[in-house]
Amino acid sequence: MKFEGTENYISTRDLTMAVNAAITLQKPLLVKGEPGTGKTMLAFEVAKALDKKILTWHIKSSTEAQQGLYEYDAVARLRDSQLGDDRINDISHYIKKGKLWEAFESAEQVVLLIDEIDKADIEFPNDLLLELDRMQFYCYELRKEVNARYRPIVIITSNNEKELPDAFLRRCFFHYISFPDRDTLKQIVNVHYPKLEEKLIDKAMKVFYTLRDIDGIKKKPSTSELLDWIKLLTVGKITADELDEVDFTEKLPPYSGSLLKSEQDHELLEYLKYRVRR
Amino acid sequence: MFLDFFLLLKNDGLPVTIKEYLTLLEALDRDVVEYNVDDFYYLSRSVLIKHEQHLDRFDQLFGFFFRGIELIDNEEFMQIPEEWVRKNFENYLTEEEKEMIKNMGGLDDLMKRLKELMEKQKNRHQGGSTWIGTAGTSPYGAYGYNPAGVRIGQDGSRHRRAVKVWDKREFQDLDDSVELNTRNMKMALRRLRVLTREGTKEELDLDRTIEKTSKNAGFLDLEMVPSKTNNVKVLMFFDIGGSMDDHIDLCSRLFSAAKYEFKHLEFYYFHNCIYERVWKNNVRRFQEAIPTFEVLHKYNNDYKCIIVGDASMSPWELLYKNGSVEHNNDEPGFTWLQRVKEQYPYLIWLNPVPVEDWRYTQSIDMLREFTEDRMFPLTLSGLFKGIRALKDNKQKFENN
Repeated sequence: MKFEGTENYISTRDLTMAVNAAITLQKPLLVKGEPGTGKTMLAFEVAKALDKKILTWHIKSSTEAQQGLYEYDAVARLRDSQLGDDRINDISHYIKKGKLWEAFESAEQVVLLIDEIDKADIEFPNDLLLELDRMQFYCYELRKEVNARYRPIVIITSNNEKELPDAFLRRCFFHYISFPDRDTLKQIVNVHYPKLEEKLIDKAMKVFYTLRDIDGIKKKPSTSELLDWIKLLTVGKITADELDEVDFTEKLPPYSGSLLKSEQDHELLEYLKYRVRR
Repeated sequence: MFLDFFLLLKNDGLPVTIKEYLTLLEALDRDVVEYNVDDFYYLSRSVLIKHEQHLDRFDQLFGFFFRGIELIDNEEFMQIPEEWVRKNFENYLTEEEKEMIKNMGGLDDLMKRLKELMEKQKNRHQGGSTWIGTAGTSPYGAYGYNPAGVRIGQDGSRHRRAVKVWDKREFQDLDDSVELNTRNMKMALRRLRVLTREGTKEELDLDRTIEKTSKNAGFLDLEMVPSKTNNVKVLMFFDIGGSMDDHIDLCSRLFSAAKYEFKHLEFYYFHNCIYERVWKNNVRRFQEAIPTFEVLHKYNNDYKCIIVGDASMSPWELLYKNGSVEHNNDEPGFTWLQRVKEQYPYLIWLNPVPVEDWRYTQSIDMLREFTEDRMFPLTLSGLFKGIRALKDNKQKFENN
């Protein structure tokens, strides 16, 4: 059972190695990298390549570790007791299973994506140490230990908004997805738009890289922006020759809004245009 | 063999642990890699390194261990722009050293020789007693400024003979000084809290629930409130370079603690005194400078302002036009500081210079007065006091 990338996802050698090592040793894989380089995509593609079900747990600032295990709705039970509902006799009615529990009791191995773990409170990863290490936890309300039938393949993404605790990091494999080099990027574009003419891709990538190289751009466009932009180019029937005229002084690239998402970056481009003209 | 490699990483200060080493061995045992060194590199990187800042150092050490390439550490050294060194040479050298340069055939020859030496110098060189060492300490000490190292393009080559993956060192930019022992500082900063209830209601308001339930003749009537969050906004200005080099360690710890604690943290750098421009990126400070007015307009007076600097400069940097050591400023430093002070009623100055030495520097006295005694030493207790002053304008720092 090996992951080698899929027809939609170009995996570099180092990424492939990290994924396979994590799968073999049954440890979580922590993926970091510039936004838009396919961190979240990775989990979906791993699931697809290995033909496994995927469970996703999207972390928000208010998410607590316990929610991934289970939640006990005491208030609902209290209310039911006032209404004389029979359900209250079985506490398990009020236990809502979380994503980890679901993954643990699944009848086959699943891929579990914990997305953007850095969004949660700083203690969040620490609260999941044992659960991810041993793949087990204890449910106090039911007095029952939940063990993973098949250890899930855990993929965790982080955008680096907060430092993750060392104890947590020690238990993970780590991979930093760096911005792809030209050849890899071209492959990526090719798998997404196989029918696109070569010339247009070349021109588009040239414009893209020029833009990335402009000093002072605050939010550099990354892979996902490039893919979106190429899609717009094809929808708008922009030809390679039209892109050829883009020189950032007279003419800005078409649909530049999809490449640059910050207002300041647009202002910078306008300013450069203005300055070069003078 | 791998144990030696592991120890090399460990001794170099990378935070690798035995558990991770065992994981690596287990992975090798399970044939995750197909016995080629590239794969081993990827595997060990993924197992041992957990911070992208460390990737570059790992690449270097890996290269060093497995091919015995030299540890080239003089890259930063080679990337110092020549004219910059030239321009400021005189200011930083003692008479004695100037005499020495003259004897060596003047500045031009010296620069040439420096270059030659750097070309030859392949090994890591620290604290040597040759003249490149001594000359190095004065101008380069002064210009070795920022923690990331001044990386400004220049024409010297980087001796890239090797083409192996780890030699590409593509993670170089991510390298920065890492937080260490910042817990105490975090605790101090944590005191700066403005707790407000905003957002979705997700906490049970017990009192109101009891009240409403009783009104409801005992039937449960739930009342929720949003939970409390810290909404304090902080704007920090860091003095960087020059005499601040001695305090870099302390300042970077403060910086990472602050970054960790405050959700709304904005930071800018300046050199010696705040003038019309500040910057966010030390490497590109000249290209990407930001007008101070822009900063003042962008962040309203809700922000608490912390200036971190040693406040040690010549008084004319504060008082006169064109007093700056780096550029020609149209308005004196005090004018700019005054603008900052007017904008931010809650302002403190944190000074890494020990309190005992404050009175020996005139500019520190002037700035203490300027901040109305809200200059605090950058020590734990100073930080605690300073944070208190950020909440209560009447708090002052009383020395002795």
